[in-house]
Amino acid sequence: MTRTDLRVIAALGARSVKQTFRRPQLLAPIVVFPSILLAIQTAGAGQAVNLPGFPPVNSFLDFMLAGAMIQSTLLAGNSGGIALAVDIEMGFTDRLLAAPISRFGMVLGRLAGTAALSFLAGIWFLVIGLIFGAQINEGVPGAIVMMVLVTLSGLAFGGIGAAVALRTGRASVVQGLFPLVFVILFLSSAFFPQDLLTGPAATIAQYNPLSFIVEGIRDPVISSLTWEVFGKAIASLVLVGAIGIALSSLALRRRLRMGG
Amino acid sequence: MPAIEAKGLERTFEGEIHAVAGVDLEVADGEIYAFLGPNGAGKTTTVRMLTTLLRPTGGSAHVAGFDVVSDPANVRRSIGVALQEAALDPLMTGRELIRLQATLHGLNKDEGKQRAEALLERVDLVDAADRQVGTYSGGMRRRLDLASALVHEPRVLFLDEPTTGLDPVSRRTIWEEVEDLNREGTTVFLTTQYLEEADQLANRVGIIDSGVIVAEDTPGRLKEQIGQPHLEIRLIEGDPDQAEQVVSRFGRPLPRKDGAVLVELEGGASRVAPVVRALDEAGLEVEALDLVEPTLDDVFLEKTGHHLEPEEPEAGEEE
Repeated sequence: MTRTDLRVIAALGARSVKQTFRRPQLLAPIVVFPSILLAIQTAGAGQAVNLPGFPPVNSFLDFMLAGAMIQSTLLAGNSGGIALAVDIEMGFTDRLLAAPISRFGMVLGRLAGTAALSFLAGIWFLVIGLIFGAQINEGVPGAIVMMVLVTLSGLAFGGIGAAVALRTGRASVVQGLFPLVFVILFLSSAFFPQDLLTGPAATIAQYNPLSFIVEGIRDPVISSLTWEVFGKAIASLVLVGAIGIALSSLALRRRLRMGG
Repeated sequence: MPAIEAKGLERTFEGEIHAVAGVDLEVADGEIYAFLGPNGAGKTTTVRMLTTLLRPTGGSAHVAGFDVVSDPANVRRSIGVALQEAALDPLMTGRELIRLQATLHGLNKDEGKQRAEALLERVDLVDAADRQVGTYSGGMRRRLDLASALVHEPRVLFLDEPTTGLDPVSRRTIWEEVEDLNREGTTVFLTTQYLEEADQLANRVGIIDSGVIVAEDTPGRLKEQIGQPHLEIRLIEGDPDQAEQVVSRFGRPLPRKDGAVLVELEGGASRVAPVVRALDEAGLEVEALDLVEPTLDDVFLEKTGHHLEPEEPEAGEEE
């Protein structure tokens, strides 16, 4: 990858961040919805920490913080996909494809933007968490690990959103994935400890890569950093990211063959 | 080496739809070439192939000396493209868009900044440069699109229907800019469904219909090929069929246009008076009678058997 390619990816990433801040319907799912859900759950279900089998935590907010962050990154990936599909619908991608840039650079620019937005959203949740009494057991290094995982999550989930956008070229289809995000979330340990889930939900959550990613983000807050949890989170991110990039690449090739 | 050269260029879509069915083109350096045709004629598909956005399914094409299939990167470095409907992000400002375009074409930050300022001034958008594009009028958007296509000083400029939907004033502004660019040495390939646009701007015109070029020459020579002026007759009262029968004695009747009876007049203006007398004797009251010199529409009619009917400009289009 050349220096010019990196400049193009950075410019396209900056554009997608600005675009999100200028279009409230893209920003709301990333920040507003997870914040509201976090507030409702911590205010109304705080006694859950007393359930037998619930991991030892200082407060329910400590436990929920990772869930809110991962919800935000999933929705950032979805929003990034919607924005890319809007670009296709309005012909903006033709402007990029008619320029002498790497074809996949166009997608990487969008993913860089999604990753940056996920990082900013992660900072937002970290700050409001600390304001409302959350404690990060591992301190600053723990917070850095959380932000790294959150940013990489944005990149990985953004790949899935981009793949759907490139395959369909329709914002309404990508938007239709919105409910699916919540199904995936509730079938993981994002909002509830895996040990307390039962039946098929417990089985799915056990293998859901999202559970490993959430645990990686949650670990430095409620426990201590362990290489095993961190490694599983990174491996899950690599898996999801590879699937997203591969599907995006295939969808882009198909789109270019069909003529944009 | 011509600026654009295509041989037997074809594009077939799924369902055996031949959008472009063997186009041969040769556009010289420094020329303005207009592709004239109605919606669905194959103009945009041809432009998309020449700008590397769409892979041809047959034939070959070179732009600025580079093959559009085997060397698309060099084609993209050599061309500026302003596509139909001005594909602009409504949330970006005009300045942001041109700077982004500069980055896409490999200009560094300072160069991009300088080019953006110069181009915004050139297309008279300095005052609106920091407003979001969504607040621009149609004419402003087209000017911005044109400016962004010029950021890397391309050798060949492709304009796909650059004035469709614009009011006459905005249209004229774009024409002046295209003429200026051409005087500076840029080769321009434009598609249009406006006869006046092709007539006014182009050194040569290619008339395309159903995916094939049916005529190609300078506007003057194309009109000379048609040769005869025609008489356009509008009746106050009377049967147009009867009028057509009467005037057919003086020349070949042409298909009616907006209710008017059309007849080719071999003798030109000298034959008008006898036609009027004949209509009068037949009891047909004439509302208006115009002797029309051949236009590109006549050429279009002659070559395709139907008139070119462009889309109407947007109502209330304002600067």
